[in-house]
Amino acid sequence: MTLTAHTSDVSASQNMAAPNQGTGNNFKSNRPLPPISGFRTTVASLVKDIRLEWRSKDAINSMLFFSLLVVVVFSFSFDPTAQESRRIAGGLIWVAFLFAAIVALNQTWAREMRNQVLDAYRVSPAPANSLFLSKAIGNFLFVLLLEAVMTPLFIMFYQLRALGPAWQLVPIAVLGTWAIVINGTFFASISLRTRSREIMLPLLLFPISIPALLAMVEGTTSILSGELTARFWIALLLAYDVVFTMASLLLFETVLHAE
Amino acid sequence: MEAAHLNSSAESIITVQGLIKQFGRFAALRGIDAEFAPGKLYAVLGDNGAGKTSLLRTLAGLSQPTRGNVTVFGSSDSSSIRHHIGYMAHPSLLYDEMSGMENLRFFAQLYGIQEEGPCVRAMEIVHLDPNLSRPAGQYSQGMRQRLSLARALVHGPELLLLDEPFSNVDARSAQEMVRLLAGLRDAGKTIFVVTHQAALLEKAADELLYMEVGRITRRAQNYTEATV
Repeated sequence: MTLTAHTSDVSASQNMAAPNQGTGNNFKSNRPLPPISGFRTTVASLVKDIRLEWRSKDAINSMLFFSLLVVVVFSFSFDPTAQESRRIAGGLIWVAFLFAAIVALNQTWAREMRNQVLDAYRVSPAPANSLFLSKAIGNFLFVLLLEAVMTPLFIMFYQLRALGPAWQLVPIAVLGTWAIVINGTFFASISLRTRSREIMLPLLLFPISIPALLAMVEGTTSILSGELTARFWIALLLAYDVVFTMASLLLFETVLHAE
Repeated sequence: MEAAHLNSSAESIITVQGLIKQFGRFAALRGIDAEFAPGKLYAVLGDNGAGKTSLLRTLAGLSQPTRGNVTVFGSSDSSSIRHHIGYMAHPSLLYDEMSGMENLRFFAQLYGIQEEGPCVRAMEIVHLDPNLSRPAGQYSQGMRQRLSLARALVHGPELLLLDEPFSNVDARSAQEMVRLLAGLRDAGKTIFVVTHQAALLEKAADELLYMEVGRITRRAQNYTEATV
């Protein structure tokens, strides 16, 4: 088949009507444009991110090794009693996960900068928030996976046993992880075009994560020690997540199209 | 040459008025006034740093004018016309870890296209095998260029903005690409090709735009006219 024939095939099949004569807007073809579904583009972008991570395993491997090192090094550095463990474990676990998450958060946008793929997204009519949400959900899943793998090791190394209602650790983990990734994904996109983005991200992310980190650490410690209820910290995390998710969604389009 | 001479006589698909683009203190585009007619193939020529890529990115809506106005399809709001623009940059804009079809499927979905058909056809017109499962990162440079062109074509845009589509492509593939672009132009599309290989487009291009230091300094119908 000749190339010309191919061309006419495509022209016909994609209904690329020859432009009408007229000015400006009239040159657009009259073919019906496929509707852009925010949900579908989010899912497509999420599936793509999971596929890329599955093939490269860049973020998951880096996070796992980093967290593993923290657990092992700290377990050799300290020899806490069971009571001391309950008091420090909350801080130790969440700081380890926060640092590990930074690795994944940096990777997530770096992938879009290779070959300037982000420009292909910017010239498309897909909603900017679909890209942002897919990145945030992808990072959320990756960090949750990390937590699922590392938490049993933490429990084993520090001989942890919750004296309070252990089920409350679940909302703390879910809401706390979302708090880290929603801000992390947003600030990683801001630091995307800076030269030293690996340093820029923690500098932007850590100060704004302090309320969430405080709630995660205090909530976890309360449950492990059984001294206080964690309900207040869970409510704080929920409010934090709602505020920062809304703010990120409102601001992301500006960040994406910034030069 | 006066601005009036730079304007195309036909009714315009793109109107550029007093376009200035600055990056800090450096002005990449220094006051461009031009109109471009639909259904033509424009070759944008000039030395490195002449502002060719900056002009193309501004037309694509990737870069906002510092001053001046760009109207494409009668709209100066780039977000409303993204469905109708196909953009191919100097970098591939492809995911190296995914195969050609996986790349096209993903980018087609960004335009609301869920079917496989347009992706397969886009692969076929650039002479790539849709069944090739190799990741795009393992393609030769020429194959990547063709896949990049397929990505720009997959949603059937009326306006194609192509930045250096022939770079690192062998002579035969480049000639094939030129024939393909001429065919698309004949099908009614408006095409801008930024290139250093002007000779390749000598016969196919309807107009040659010469850029120097951020301005369009000459518009010619053919090589002979341009060199006079």
